[in-house]
Amino acid sequence: MLIKKPHAWQMAENEVTSEAHYKNRRQFLRAMGIAATGSVAVTGFPGMALGLTAKAKAVRDLDYKTTEYDPGEDQTSFQAVTSYNNFYEFGTAKSDPADYAHEMTTDPWSITVEGHCGNGGQFALEDVIDFSSLEERIYRHRCVEAWSMVIPWLGVPLASVLQKFGPTAEAKYVQFETYANRDEMWGLSRPVLNWPYVEGLRMDEAMHPLAFMSVGLYGKELLNQNGAPLRLVVPWKYGFKGIKSIIAIRFVSDMPRTSWNESNAREYGFYSNVNPSVQHPRWSQSTERRIGEFFRRDTLMFNGYEEEVASLYRGMDLSRYF
Amino acid sequence: MAMRKKWHRFIGAWTSAGIFRDLGLAMSLSPRVVRKIIKPTVFILMLLPLAWVFYGWWLYIMGDLSLVTANPIEYTNRHLGDWAMRFLLVTLAVRPLSRIKSLVWLMQLRRMVGLFCFFYAFLHVSSYVVLDQFFDWPEILDDILKRQFITVGMITLTLLTPLAMTSTKAMIKRLGSLRWQKLHSLIYLASVLVIFHYWMMVKGNQLEPKIYAFIVAALLLSRLPQRVKKRSKLAQEKAGLQ
Ligand code: HEM
Repeated sequence: MLIKKPHAWQMAENEVTSEAHYKNRRQFLRAMGIAATGSVAVTGFPGMALGLTAKAKAVRDLDYKTTEYDPGEDQTSFQAVTSYNNFYEFGTAKSDPADYAHEMTTDPWSITVEGHCGNGGQFALEDVIDFSSLEERIYRHRCVEAWSMVIPWLGVPLASVLQKFGPTAEAKYVQFETYANRDEMWGLSRPVLNWPYVEGLRMDEAMHPLAFMSVGLYGKELLNQNGAPLRLVVPWKYGFKGIKSIIAIRFVSDMPRTSWNESNAREYGFYSNVNPSVQHPRWSQSTERRIGEFFRRDTLMFNGYEEEVASLYRGMDLSRYF
Repeated sequence: MAMRKKWHRFIGAWTSAGIFRDLGLAMSLSPRVVRKIIKPTVFILMLLPLAWVFYGWWLYIMGDLSLVTANPIEYTNRHLGDWAMRFLLVTLAVRPLSRIKSLVWLMQLRRMVGLFCFFYAFLHVSSYVVLDQFFDWPEILDDILKRQFITVGMITLTLLTPLAMTSTKAMIKRLGSLRWQKLHSLIYLASVLVIFHYWMMVKGNQLEPKIYAFIVAALLLSRLPQRVKKRSKLAQEKAGLQ
């Protein structure tokens, strides 16, 4: 167990959305071409649309290279990506993160790196992510609850981040941990999971070119409900592997514990690769609902990234190592 | 007798210290008032959760996801299931509450509340069959057989169906009130099963199923004293006969 030191910025007052932020946000929405819907909401039922209009923080535009990673499928709307989230630290309803995540302080942000690596320590976000070399990756996102999205992420390959810290030969796995501050995340006072949230990858998975550390989406910085300021994106795995708002990276030699696996090992394996033929006890995993579509569609092996990642699991019985 | 008095006091305290009694007396509800005013009002109120979903879909179609979320099918299914469960609990609560003198009239509403529970349960399952699976019967069968929480949901619905079908006065007559009562005690089992259905479906360790489980336990336990009394009375009568 890591003993957490209080960070200086945790003392900061909760962010109150200023008029300027609010206006910024409106401009951004307009730029996204969805301001109209915002105003429908405002007139349609006062108060209800607040989650989308008033509560989000102002986000910066990011510069990035365009991508060759594009499944060529319709992208899920910005509105859906930022209002339908699982981030249990802010409550278990899908709308909770959009309603409450703005209470999280993301600036300044620091990341602790420890374990089997040459250059561990405390790092500022800018030391971990090279904001001048961001690229876009349009990935399918498949939740274990059998819904899916297509999201244009911005970020850097995870390998490029991890290499900075010089992992040694003993580093067989890498574990990540989510920020946990009760004053800013009311869901932490409920024992839904054993907080703080932790996730992990085998080292070769983490170094795979598809594994991605994201700091933005749709050309902007991440909103808090999507895991600002930095989160993992592992497109061939179920969404919960994509840990949000990361404050610690640990290089370890044994398979690290991961939150959902710890909560229910029968249902959530360490690997949790998208696999239509390995059934979850409570949901069929053979089909999924793409957000915005009515009919279910077939779930693809490794979420459609089989060609790229199947070799990572050669010789493994995937129904055993699910 | 003493036992019963005490029991009443307990429920009285439980329902915010006699507010209900005073209210009931002040309003002196005649069966006519209940039939003409209370019942239609409750009827409309119980339709509101359904209206809410329609309103939410309308907003969704207008591009506002704030009510039914970006996944309106999931929202609809869960919302309807929630209300089926809530109305099941309300149905169960009628009897114990009506033991308070001024709330006797609640019994006049019980059948309607019970039918609303079934109505929402039916809509909940329909939303699963139509919206979620779109009549993919092999997949649905697979779910019912393999996913335990759905198996339990299926059993619950199966228990509720004969209750809804025998809810009319004519049916009570046909069955005879004793047999009818026996049949309708299936609701106790249904209320326990729906808690299991919910509990098993939820991810992680969440509070809400526990709250509902607590309510069901309280409602079932509240019947215990009456039951015990009825039993001992029957036993006494039997003993007297011999
Ligand atoms: C054939 C019968 C049934 C089927 C197939 C069924 C199916 C389902 C499904 C698929 C879910 C939620 C899945 C999800 O979103 O992950 C669910 C949740 C639920 N169902 Fe059912 N159900 C059935 C019967 C019932 C009955 C009879 C009741 C109540 C009287 C009920 C009450 C609930 C409740 C309260 C939830 C939880 C909703 C929430 O998450 O807030 N279900 N059911």
